[in-house]
Amino acid sequence: MLELNAQTIAFFVFALFSLAGAVGVVSSKNLIHGALYLIVSLFGGAGFFVLLSAPFMAVVQVLVYIGAIAILIIFAVMLTRSMTNMTELFNRQWWMSGIVGILLFVLLTIGVILPVWGENGINPSQPVSDNVATTEDLGVALVDGNQYVLPFQVASLLLTAAMIGAIVLARDTDTE
Amino acid sequence: MEQQCINVIETMALCLTSSGVDPGLAQFISIFIGVILVAIFPLVLVIILIWLERKIAARVQDRIGPNRVGPFGLFQNIADAVKLIIKEDITPAGADRLIYNLAPIIATLSTTLMWAVIPFSPVHIGVDLSIGVLYFTAIGSIGTLAIMMAGWSSNNKYALLGAFRVVAQLVSYEIPMVLALLVPVMIAGTLSMQGIVVAQLGMWFIVPAFLSAVIFYISNLAETGRAPFDLIEAESELVAGYNIEYSGMKFGLFMANEFMHAFTANLLFAVIFLGGWSGPGATQLPVLGFVYLFIKTLIVYIPSLILRATVPRVRIDQMMSFNWKFLVPVAIVNVIMVAFLIQVTKAVGLAPAPGETDFLAHLPQSVILLLGNLVVIAGILTYLRGIGRKARLESTVVAKAHDVPQVAAH
Amino acid sequence: MVPLWMYLLVAAAMFSIGVYGVLARRNAVAILMSVELMLSAVNINLIAFWRYMAPENMAGQAFAAFVFVVAAAEAAVGLAIIISIYRSRRSVVVEDVNLLKG
Repeated sequence: MLELNAQTIAFFVFALFSLAGAVGVVSSKNLIHGALYLIVSLFGGAGFFVLLSAPFMAVVQVLVYIGAIAILIIFAVMLTRSMTNMTELFNRQWWMSGIVGILLFVLLTIGVILPVWGENGINPSQPVSDNVATTEDLGVALVDGNQYVLPFQVASLLLTAAMIGAIVLARDTDTE
Repeated sequence: MEQQCINVIETMALCLTSSGVDPGLAQFISIFIGVILVAIFPLVLVIILIWLERKIAARVQDRIGPNRVGPFGLFQNIADAVKLIIKEDITPAGADRLIYNLAPIIATLSTTLMWAVIPFSPVHIGVDLSIGVLYFTAIGSIGTLAIMMAGWSSNNKYALLGAFRVVAQLVSYEIPMVLALLVPVMIAGTLSMQGIVVAQLGMWFIVPAFLSAVIFYISNLAETGRAPFDLIEAESELVAGYNIEYSGMKFGLFMANEFMHAFTANLLFAVIFLGGWSGPGATQLPVLGFVYLFIKTLIVYIPSLILRATVPRVRIDQMMSFNWKFLVPVAIVNVIMVAFLIQVTKAVGLAPAPGETDFLAHLPQSVILLLGNLVVIAGILTYLRGIGRKARLESTVVAKAHDVPQVAAH
Repeated sequence: MVPLWMYLLVAAAMFSIGVYGVLARRNAVAILMSVELMLSAVNINLIAFWRYMAPENMAGQAFAAFVFVVAAAEAAVGLAIIISIYRSRRSVVVEDVNLLKG
């Protein structure tokens, strides 16, 4: 069914990274370990982007998620360490959350993914075409008047607002 | 660009295939050997780099430096490496073992991975990524992570504080670096490293992108922790910072990583601003490409060594305010100015066609951009002069009148 | 190449694990990390669809780029709020932030 070439092996390796990292995030006692598992999982995601011919997305994932957000999360963990270590990992409804998670996964898989895009559905085992748009096309699309320039500007406004908001919220007002 | 010579890896693959090995396996083996070569080369180069640094720092300080072990002290670092290897490997109590051992590995990994996109010659490059410049920035940010891990896992308050300060410095100085890198990318029109070098065959980018080169150089000094931004290894302040609990070869790995990172950053400066492997005869004889690249890197690297032995250290708040209040606005103004001038020269018709390697064809646009850079620099210097004059005038006023109300309020 | 539904399966699994993390963890930073997992899963989904169904059209990658932007903004503000709460309540367990509870 699946030919054993380098791409398939790479896919399974990255899938292992992503899922093992994800499980580590939700079940790690030590939050710093959780942050490092998150980094492993995000690396798996970046690997997927490389396999899917989106190298710009892969590099931006490493640069933004791992290089900035994960470090921010590690900082936050270190700054909010309570003196007594975490006693309880999960809250009282963890079994219900587990059921919800599993139900969601089963619904998504059996209800949506496999019927429509699986073996009995469209099943695009090969991409529609190999005429992949390049990074240059992405750059043009983000500033082209007919394409995505407006969401681009709104996104930059959002980032500015988030930056100012984060600084104002986390500012140490005692030393004013 | 015609390539008259295939690179070493393909030659190896051809040899293996013609001697009976399966072509896929031959390809894999030859690429594997190429990867090992590119990865080992910086690690071996570090030995000579550390020697160079010690000699130059010594000469600046009017002493000789290591001269006992081997001729001119060349084998001093081998002796140091042996000493570090045979040292006892201590792990502090309460340290997080996995992260503690992983941190130096990830730091060295991030620096070594940068060598994968460096074009050594027209035909020799690890992998010509279409997004080479961004790759280099992303991998650099992994090194920040490694330092954070080192600082936290040592279970030591000084290490943690040192790691906080270092990560703040590294993350802050990434921004002017990326903004300064935007300018050669705009002029070359591509993010790939080989593309940027090929676009410099007409005119090195240090001429049209002079201010970006300066900003990039300063950010490199800060990113790699070299003087005057060497808070990272402030031995006299934070008791050696984040690598205080590391002993033996792990500490050696951190040290080697620092020198390697400095050299790699200057190598990138040479590739992006000084033309990389370009030089007389480089396209016909790729070996000359290697030689030119390393000569250019040394031209940029040795001043940073001399700077290290000369300039005093900057305080952390001075460093932060220098970055956020000076470098980032300057970098942003620089990008806007260059973008505007590039479009203007394209509209007027002075821009060279892409792929043009003639020096004279590049001259008009480069001169206009250089003038634009000089105008911005003149503006900045005038503004700084005004601020300096105001500060000097304020300090000559007797400040006693200010002190009394402050003392009373507390 | 691998069939599309395998990518979708991995993305759905990551998303479900993220949902479990958001609903079951007590620590606010852990909840934020699970939200980042979910956003990353969404990105994988978007790019997989883009590559397999419409590679010439830039809509998929542009959408994923905006998801990156939103994730970054949300992580920054979320962590600022968590640090603010920690400063006044000395705890980041979300069950302890219950002053408005009836």
